[in-house]
Amino acid sequence: MRIDIDEIAKSFAGTHALHPVSLSIPSGAMVSLLGPSGSGKTTLLRIIAGLEAPTAGRVLFDGTDATGITVQARRAGFVFQSYALFRHMSVFENIAYGLRARPRGTRPSAAEIEQRVMTLLELIQLPGIASRYPAQLSGGQRQRVALARALATEPRVLLLDEPFGALDARVRRELRAGLRDIHDATGLTTIFVTHDQDEALSLADMVAVMSMGRIEQVGTPADIRKRPQTDFVRSFIERPRLAIA
Amino acid sequence: MSDLSLHHPADVTTEARPARIALTTLILGLTAVLLLAPLAAVFAEAFRQGPMAFLAAISTPDAQSAIRLTLTISALALPLNAAVGLAAAWAIAKFDFRGKAVLISLIDLPFSVSPVVAGLSLVLLFGSSGWLGAWLALHDLRIVFALPGLLLATLFVTFPFIARELIPVMSEQGRSEEEAALTLGATGWYMFRTVTLPNVRWALLYGVLLCNARAMGEFGAVAVISGKIRGQTTTMPILIEMLYNEYLSVAAFSMAALLASLALLTLVLKTLMEWRHADLLSATRRH
Repeated sequence: MRIDIDEIAKSFAGTHALHPVSLSIPSGAMVSLLGPSGSGKTTLLRIIAGLEAPTAGRVLFDGTDATGITVQARRAGFVFQSYALFRHMSVFENIAYGLRARPRGTRPSAAEIEQRVMTLLELIQLPGIASRYPAQLSGGQRQRVALARALATEPRVLLLDEPFGALDARVRRELRAGLRDIHDATGLTTIFVTHDQDEALSLADMVAVMSMGRIEQVGTPADIRKRPQTDFVRSFIERPRLAIA
Repeated sequence: MSDLSLHHPADVTTEARPARIALTTLILGLTAVLLLAPLAAVFAEAFRQGPMAFLAAISTPDAQSAIRLTLTISALALPLNAAVGLAAAWAIAKFDFRGKAVLISLIDLPFSVSPVVAGLSLVLLFGSSGWLGAWLALHDLRIVFALPGLLLATLFVTFPFIARELIPVMSEQGRSEEEAALTLGATGWYMFRTVTLPNVRWALLYGVLLCNARAMGEFGAVAVISGKIRGQTTTMPILIEMLYNEYLSVAAFSMAALLASLALLTLVLKTLMEWRHADLLSATRRH
């Protein structure tokens, strides 16, 4: 699904989290919103998901205005930074949640739900953990379960907020490849937020570098690397890798 | 108390053995003297003339009516307080709005105001010469010296218990699980039933039990507004006081023992539930 962000602005109690920003995301692309904390990238992602209402501007899904559509009706799969798995539900119940939440008329049968959950567990390469609880999973497993849960409802777009933020370097590399594979297999338009330039440049087809509530530059990873258009982009891309990675 | 860890190998972070034994003995002794001894005394006094005297004391018409009234009030107060407490805690923990600090202080108000003052303020509002007294009399509504007044006094006094239990738990959990439910297509009510409520069920249960114990035991506020009409507006605590003042000590202590048993029963229920759901509790890391 194609997504157009048209002059979206957001202010919280007088401070501008987002100055009017515009961005066009072609259908099936994998896009990264890259920037330091406080650059407005998560706010923009939440506005696309419908979790936050913009102060001004429009979000278009396939050319139709989606700004006023409720978060439920947008059908945007969202992976939260801390994964936000339902702690009192098993992995199975977590993944099945979106299907069971449907009104009676459109709800799949129990057998269909089970089939779907098992397929997704295969997709994230974690068959056999269906009966575990989130507290019994490693960070990497939680992230993959959160991804499966978001995919279960067949979303129109996949949104991920710092999907690899809380993981160690080895797991992070594995999961990056996993996310790319899932994107390529499903063809879903995917937008992920990160502060790690290496992650953004190695994984995305298109990168939007953000700073102070503005989009500084949009381009392919090669573009951004070779032709940074502002001082901020240049310094952000060239800064030494942090020791955490 | 079963694991005083006296048998564990010496650990650098624990105190020396004599200090541990002294501390443990001190706290067990204090618990026995301050909490268990008075309770034991009440039961001993209640059964001083045998179980038949106890049964006779709690089956008089006045006693029966007091028991019914107390149970009715707490049965009405609990769901009301649970609903309002949940709503207040949710609003405070999950949203930012103007007047939030004021709301938090207001919820604590019943803790700082003496129950007697709370009862008096209700009489002042709803009594025959009170602000709303004339209007109530005109419409033939009775609040003071009747069940509605007793209920209002109980609600006032027990208001903070459930909200206070829920606010820290809800604040700590944040909004992200609920937001996840919404992005998965859940309606607000479905989200509340399947995510919000299960995540706070233990805090809610604990708050309800505290609220219940207090609702049944409340004396001050209820005493002012009840008018102490025997067989009509006399709750268990009020009847106990009346009997005691009439030197009917076996009857008074029998009612007291029964009231204490009701409170103990709620404690046992809570422990049983925690014990039965121990697996789930450890899996969800919630008390």
